[in-house]
Amino acid sequence: MKRLLLLVPLAIFLGVALFLYRGLYLNPSELPSALIGKPFPAFALPSLDDPTRTLTQDDLKGKPALVNVWATWCPSCRAEHPVLNKLKQMGVTIHGVNYKDQRAPAQKWLRELHNPYQFNIEDAKGGLGLDLGVYGAPETFFIDAKGIIRHKFVGTIDERVWREKLAPLYQQLLDEVGP
Amino acid sequence: MKRLLSAAVLGLALLGSAQAAIDTYEFASEAERQRYRTLTEELRCPKCQNQNIADSDAPIATDLRAQIYRMLKEGKDNEQIIEFLVARYGDFVLYKPPVTSRTLLLWYGPAGLLVGGFVLLGVIVLRRRGKRAAPQVGLSADEQQRLAALLNQAPTEMDKKDR
Repeated sequence: MKRLLLLVPLAIFLGVALFLYRGLYLNPSELPSALIGKPFPAFALPSLDDPTRTLTQDDLKGKPALVNVWATWCPSCRAEHPVLNKLKQMGVTIHGVNYKDQRAPAQKWLRELHNPYQFNIEDAKGGLGLDLGVYGAPETFFIDAKGIIRHKFVGTIDERVWREKLAPLYQQLLDEVGP
Repeated sequence: MKRLLSAAVLGLALLGSAQAAIDTYEFASEAERQRYRTLTEELRCPKCQNQNIADSDAPIATDLRAQIYRMLKEGKDNEQIIEFLVARYGDFVLYKPPVTSRTLLLWYGPAGLLVGGFVLLGVIVLRRRGKRAAPQVGLSADEQQRLAALLNQAPTEMDKKDR
């Protein structure tokens, strides 16, 4: 009994060490989204491709999709763009939110770098971004066929992240819809 | 002297940079201005980890300051404004997180450790006391006889000495 008591400090130390060790590999800039499981916020904003057309949250419904928040002022978005193009070729549905950007450079960006988006929501003032809890582009939301936000990924999607982390999530959303 | 002066100048320069985020908002009353100050100081900027909305230069902090100002003007109370931000950015924006099952350890962990420490201290002290007391209690019959004999002798010897 006494000998066991001697081991107590060691046990406490190991517990704390394990706790702190885990903390070393957590990314503090990754915030859990408050919107997971909630419907995509309501909006009525012009389409970037055709400013006379007004898009609403109903345009996002129908099938699982990625909603990618991007802007021309965001260097990581440029790095991410070729990956999105590839995903489009693979048949992934991607919608864009052009966040706090200007129309002309954004349209030019899509012409020059290819357009992987089904459509682009023009959120010039950042109001939709605020409702989405966006705090820095790029951010990507995963919505299911009913327009419910299911996952959120903050940062640049590269091929490794897609393969290891995001593709299974997207597949799961597709599987829910059924063949 | 020269050193002191340059240190003072440097200090002043730093003071300036620490209060860089200044917006020109107009408030109807001093109370409203105070509410705006408290809110922006108590809410955390989602982008910059350990800065409040008032201090941060991040674009998102500017947006949130504008949003808070707008909501104040609309007559929303503090709770509504905080709820609005928590619904979008989560509990992360609160410098004072609510008590939930996930934050129990955070809220009560230190107090628990303190109480645990006192309990441990109490146990150790009681044990030590018990150990010291033990030999005094357990006198054998032989020892007790000797003790009695000594006690009987003692006064007489003392008396002699006194004389």
